[in-house]
Amino acid sequence: MIKLLNVRKGFNIGQSNEFIAVRGVTLTLAVNGITVLKGPSGSGKTTLLSLIGCMARPTSGRIEISGDNDILKNRTIDSVEVTSLPERFLTEIRRRTFGFIFQQFNLVKGITVLENVLLPSYPLGEKYSFVRPRAEMLLKMFGLGERAQTKIEWLSGGEMQRVAIARALMNDPPVLIADEPTAHLDSKLSSEFMTIIAQLKNSGKTIIIASHDPLVFDADSIDRVIVVRDGLIDGDGK
Amino acid sequence: MRRWIEKQHSILDFTLSSLLRRKAKNISLFLVYTLVVFLLGSAMLFTTAMKREALLILKDAPEMVVQRLLMGRYDPIPMDYLNTIKKIRGVTSADVRLWGYYYDPVMGANYTLMVPHHDPPAPGNIVIGHGISRVRTLDKGDIFSFRAYDGRVQSFTVTGELSAASELVSADLILMADADFRILFGLPDSRATDIVVKVRNQKELRTIAGKITELLPDTRPIIRDEIVRTYDAVFDWRGGMVVVLLIMALSAFIIFAWEKASGLSAEERREIGILKAIGWETADILAVKTYEGSLVSFLSFSTGILAAYAHVFFFSAFLFAPALKGWSVLYPDFRITPFIDPYQLTVLFFLTVVPYTVATIIPSWRAAIVDPDAVMRS
Repeated sequence: MIKLLNVRKGFNIGQSNEFIAVRGVTLTLAVNGITVLKGPSGSGKTTLLSLIGCMARPTSGRIEISGDNDILKNRTIDSVEVTSLPERFLTEIRRRTFGFIFQQFNLVKGITVLENVLLPSYPLGEKYSFVRPRAEMLLKMFGLGERAQTKIEWLSGGEMQRVAIARALMNDPPVLIADEPTAHLDSKLSSEFMTIIAQLKNSGKTIIIASHDPLVFDADSIDRVIVVRDGLIDGDGK
Repeated sequence: MRRWIEKQHSILDFTLSSLLRRKAKNISLFLVYTLVVFLLGSAMLFTTAMKREALLILKDAPEMVVQRLLMGRYDPIPMDYLNTIKKIRGVTSADVRLWGYYYDPVMGANYTLMVPHHDPPAPGNIVIGHGISRVRTLDKGDIFSFRAYDGRVQSFTVTGELSAASELVSADLILMADADFRILFGLPDSRATDIVVKVRNQKELRTIAGKITELLPDTRPIIRDEIVRTYDAVFDWRGGMVVVLLIMALSAFIIFAWEKASGLSAEERREIGILKAIGWETADILAVKTYEGSLVSFLSFSTGILAAYAHVFFFSAFLFAPALKGWSVLYPDFRITPFIDPYQLTVLFFLTVVPYTVATIIPSWRAAIVDPDAVMRS
């Protein structure tokens, strides 16, 4: 379970260009299923997503990751209050708990598809002979087995999207976070993406998506839609 | 520990692929870096080796030379001073020397003319240094003419050539007979160039020098250590002059390195953001940048130093020789004995590697400490 208690996030605090993106959000996200944060551009959903994914610290409020051991993988404690953790521990929680799919895919250019998928595993210090087959298996799963040695820049948009998903799954995180994943995809590729997401949900993953694309929040596989507007929760349901 | 090694292995792998991805930037850095190390290294190796060479030569120089002064300037010394000096207690031997300079207007070069103590050439004959035989294309049996002090032409037969091994000191040397020397320069039999003195006890050198000045107030005794110090200063000054120029080159390099290595491109900054977002720690990113900087530094430093070594010791420092070997027209053609001063090598290492590494790491650190969510908002 991921709990947000009166979370606020501001940028350039105390300066003339101060901007508050999230204005005191209290929210509980259950494990399993797909949750969509829906809202127009600038509503604060991406900021909320980065706070949930331990990418940024809130200006005030608390974020707690708790519940079963699935989320706190390899940890013996029941829950952890992540907002006060030092960077090292926060990073460890982030890489073991969350996999990220970014709007721009954010793949590293100049290296191969396989190397991109392997990147999240490097800081873990696992043997190459152990991680490589896992990366190859993920690429096969997304129909990219033949493209493993291709440089990223030679891929189509859909292929890049699938490489980004494979990379997000590399460390087998229990939670997948996707920020506007269909923003650069046509309708066909967006549908394909939602099919993959549904399969991942069925395999036991928790998925949190920020999107204002009806193809995403109207999909059958979605379990919960949270409406975000002006940095506040404006609705919660299916 | 095994995990740590595996992690470093993966990070090193990524570093190598990063270096290859930015080939043009890294190759240009490598070339400029190598060039700076090569220039600085050449200057350092050359001046150190030259100083050592000069010291080795001066090791056999006379312990003391006595010159006569007239109006504060050098003047040929009267031969009878020899007996006065010989009588001083502690003096093992004293000998007069005949040597001088001759300006050759044909070559625009100065030659050193000398009468050797042992086996001087027969009157009418001369033995010449390798430098002279090279520029005047003279061989054994050839005639070499001089214009004497009174304008008359004196001709000599070349009967030998000094070995190339001693060229550093003998390139411009001409050996001749006592009588020929005196005729050429118009030096009376009662005068000599200077007197060399050997003493029994080295510790008494200064005392004996004092006694000579007391007995012969118009003379100036010069002790070998003073000559060594002068040579040292001369080469240090010459080396220093080049080092000053090269420090300017080094400064330019630091600016270049700062610009090239530190000026993280938008692409590199984005990459750092991606790595942080997918779970890399700031320390992991700094490790990549440190490995990158170290690899470029190490490769450039090694290549630069090896090239400098080859330049100085195999190719006789052909780039620097005109500035560093002296002012003569007859540059000695010789191989310097390889010699490396570990202290200077260390100084050069820190002068080049440290600024480069700092230039590489600081901006990467600044980029790496930003929140990883920056990549989501970009």
